[in-house]
Amino acid sequence: MEPATALDHNHQLSLKEFPYIIRWRDDRCKRCGRCTAVCPVKAIAPAVKVQRVVQSEGPVPTPTAVRKIIHTVEQVTDIERYCTGCGTCTLVCPNDAIEPEYNPANKFLHYKNRGGEGYRRGGRRNDPAISTLDRLKFTRISMLTDPALDAGRHEFRVRTLLGRILPPEELPLIATDGSLGVEESHDKFIPPVREIFPIMIGSMSIGALSPPMWEGLAMGVAYLNEVEDMPVVMCTGEGGVPPRLLRSRFLKYMTIQIASGYFGWDEIIHSIPHMIEDPAAIEIKYGQGAKPGDGGLLMAQKVLRLIASIRGVPQFVDLASPPTHQTKYSIEEAVAKMIQSMSMAWGFRVPVYPKISGTKTARSVLNNLARNPFAAALSIDGEDGGTGAAYNVSIDKMGHPIASNLRECYLDLVKQGKQNELPLIAAGGVAKKGNLAANAAALIMLGASAVSIGKYVMQAAANCFGDEYNRCNLCNTGKCPRGITTQDPKLYRRLDSDQVAERVVEIFKVANVELKKIFAPMGRSTELPIGMSDGLSIDDKAMADRLEISYAC
Amino acid sequence: MENILALETMKEGHDGSGLGLTLKDLGGHFEHLKGYPILSGICSKSGAKILDDYMDKAGFQLKDIWAPKIKPVKGMKSRDHYFARAYDYPFSYKYKPTKEKEDLLMNIRLTLRKIGEPDESMFIFSFYPDVLTLKEVGDPLQVAEFFGLDKGGLKARIIFAQGRQNTNYAIYLYACHPFFIQGYCSMTNGENTAFVPIREFLMSRGFPGYIGYNSDSEVFTHIMHYTVRQLGYPLTYYKDVITPLKDSEIGTRQDKNALRLIKQSLRPLCVDGPNVVIGFTPDGTCFMAHDAKKLRPGVVGGMKGKYALMSEECGLDSAIPGRNKSQDIFPMKYDMVIVKPQAEEVRVWNQLQH
Repeated sequence: MEPATALDHNHQLSLKEFPYIIRWRDDRCKRCGRCTAVCPVKAIAPAVKVQRVVQSEGPVPTPTAVRKIIHTVEQVTDIERYCTGCGTCTLVCPNDAIEPEYNPANKFLHYKNRGGEGYRRGGRRNDPAISTLDRLKFTRISMLTDPALDAGRHEFRVRTLLGRILPPEELPLIATDGSLGVEESHDKFIPPVREIFPIMIGSMSIGALSPPMWEGLAMGVAYLNEVEDMPVVMCTGEGGVPPRLLRSRFLKYMTIQIASGYFGWDEIIHSIPHMIEDPAAIEIKYGQGAKPGDGGLLMAQKVLRLIASIRGVPQFVDLASPPTHQTKYSIEEAVAKMIQSMSMAWGFRVPVYPKISGTKTARSVLNNLARNPFAAALSIDGEDGGTGAAYNVSIDKMGHPIASNLRECYLDLVKQGKQNELPLIAAGGVAKKGNLAANAAALIMLGASAVSIGKYVMQAAANCFGDEYNRCNLCNTGKCPRGITTQDPKLYRRLDSDQVAERVVEIFKVANVELKKIFAPMGRSTELPIGMSDGLSIDDKAMADRLEISYAC
Repeated sequence: MENILALETMKEGHDGSGLGLTLKDLGGHFEHLKGYPILSGICSKSGAKILDDYMDKAGFQLKDIWAPKIKPVKGMKSRDHYFARAYDYPFSYKYKPTKEKEDLLMNIRLTLRKIGEPDESMFIFSFYPDVLTLKEVGDPLQVAEFFGLDKGGLKARIIFAQGRQNTNYAIYLYACHPFFIQGYCSMTNGENTAFVPIREFLMSRGFPGYIGYNSDSEVFTHIMHYTVRQLGYPLTYYKDVITPLKDSEIGTRQDKNALRLIKQSLRPLCVDGPNVVIGFTPDGTCFMAHDAKKLRPGVVGGMKGKYALMSEECGLDSAIPGRNKSQDIFPMKYDMVIVKPQAEEVRVWNQLQH
């Protein structure tokens, strides 16, 4: 019969099953305890052990076995306290004594469903492979037959249009004496159009983000607009807007999102009479690339007083938005009505557009919107988009890659001659590997009028640990070790909103320069090269055929 | 011929790979055929038969045929028929409005082009009253000699000549400048980097004439046609469409409200150069305009009654040596030089002063 101790261990997981294994160095550790204190998931714990040591003292070898009490730092094998690999322990360790190491052979998902609860997390799809966007190359270089432009000297207009654009045939213009004027008594609805920077900050809500993170983004955006003359807009996400911002002149840099939970909209609607500026746009969220067909989710632990008051809900309850708008009956009727209602709320002065997750059915949505004169754009969020909280299965397995989804939508518009009428906004995995300008330019040349970024801003502006090896991804728990996606003041005080704002400004300034560095050698500067697909190639024939671009190897 | 000689002086600027000529307001042989549409092209023997049958069936009556007297030139292979045929409209069209007549002529040209394109039995360059087009591959001087242009006989008020084939794609007659559609004609210097989105925009307008695009420069002609004929904008707006002003600059214009709308709605037609465009419209107005960075040269000079729009000044010296050179115009990035019909007057229209 086996000893009882052996049986006791049988239900335990070995460290080999875990996605990250802590490498702790006894010889370097001074037992200060910082690592165990800071670990957001309590994956490491101090331990006291009795150790049998053979030692010899004195000039003559006299090996003796002694029992010593030692202090160690150990990784726990409780799946609920798995090491996420965030590495905060390494950051705080004064002696480089501890570090998590990725374990590619882990069987994490086999076990992360205890209590019948599916694994939920934040972040984006755990797929570290090179995405299609990063495989696209810019191969049409101006050489000899036409001079390349000078990114530093020539005038560049890296701007795009957000809003429904009338076809030239429908403009209410009249020519008199060699000059064109707008007809005085025309009854044509001229939709509102904003000229913006083609990269915008996608929807991340107050609540999903911590106060300093959201504030930092907003400050950075305001600075870009007012000091750098770069009309960058950001989307509020579904979580309301701080009342002071609603009544401030900075509202014009914000796209307000309305989603199926309508969180914060009571306050927004009541603020309309007091608004001194219109928002940049209204985004109606019908889907999200990271969790298609699934609603928004803010878990109870993040619903603290501030969030509860902005959203108009009680504290500490799960805030799950339904998968779809309760009023949605059909795209022809209900969606059109919602677009019209939102337009009407601001006197038809604000572009209103829907956002959907990448899907094979995107073209059907597109075609309906193309016929709706009030639809200002279509935002498509691909499978590599991020989220603050969702089931892992949704994040990893659901959704459509953005590149081909966007391309087929654009080509569909081209067929109808509406490629300039309904702007397409592409998102989901932009700058996954840090190539913001290149990914944005590639999407623009495939047909996007603008791109949205989310996860990248968290990584680049606030040092988010998350990556495609499931590192950290704790956004849903409110325990973000960087203070980005938490409502716990003890955690978010780690994040300085001024520094976030500074980084946001730096990111966009660099993107602006790099976009010019891409467009200049391709001979484009005056207008954004939307749909300039002859500029792109890819090293895969099937992909080239699917995207209707050239194959280069 | 002097125009071809002017091309010759600019030889350093072109590779001498072909010659395209579009003549408008014809004299000489065509003096008395003003109202009759002229079909210009090249065809093989079998193509000629198809052409005759087709035009017969379409109800067009042949009024006159002109063919260049081909002089054998070493290195140039003659095709079967080079022709310019004047027709009378089918009876049912005789009293139709001009626009309908123009659409008929264009559709006939496109159908013939479609029939002749696969086996190259027919190349049709233009079908329009008082306009004649000649194109061939080869050294411009040799081509001119080949067509017997040095012998005289062809006379026109407006002569557009381009001394090379397109540079960037295979040499092909349909890729040869000048390009023509329903009375609008242009030729361009330089590459068009925004070609693909512009082509897609034009092709999706639902207008049957926006096809071809064997050269990226053909879109310049079609943008002009679309802006002026289809949308009814005055010619100067062509410049505003291909090189839109910045928003701050638009604010200084009287027509700023219209201009803002145009800039948005015609955003895909913006060009980035490097280009200089020389064109004419059905009323005989000629113009020159540059891309927004003026990456290519261009000069206009002459005297009342005779003006030349050239890509290089040496060509101007050759064509109009006796002019007052100090009055030569070198249009800058905001400028559009407009020569009124009959070369009565030349004026510089500036995008910022309106």
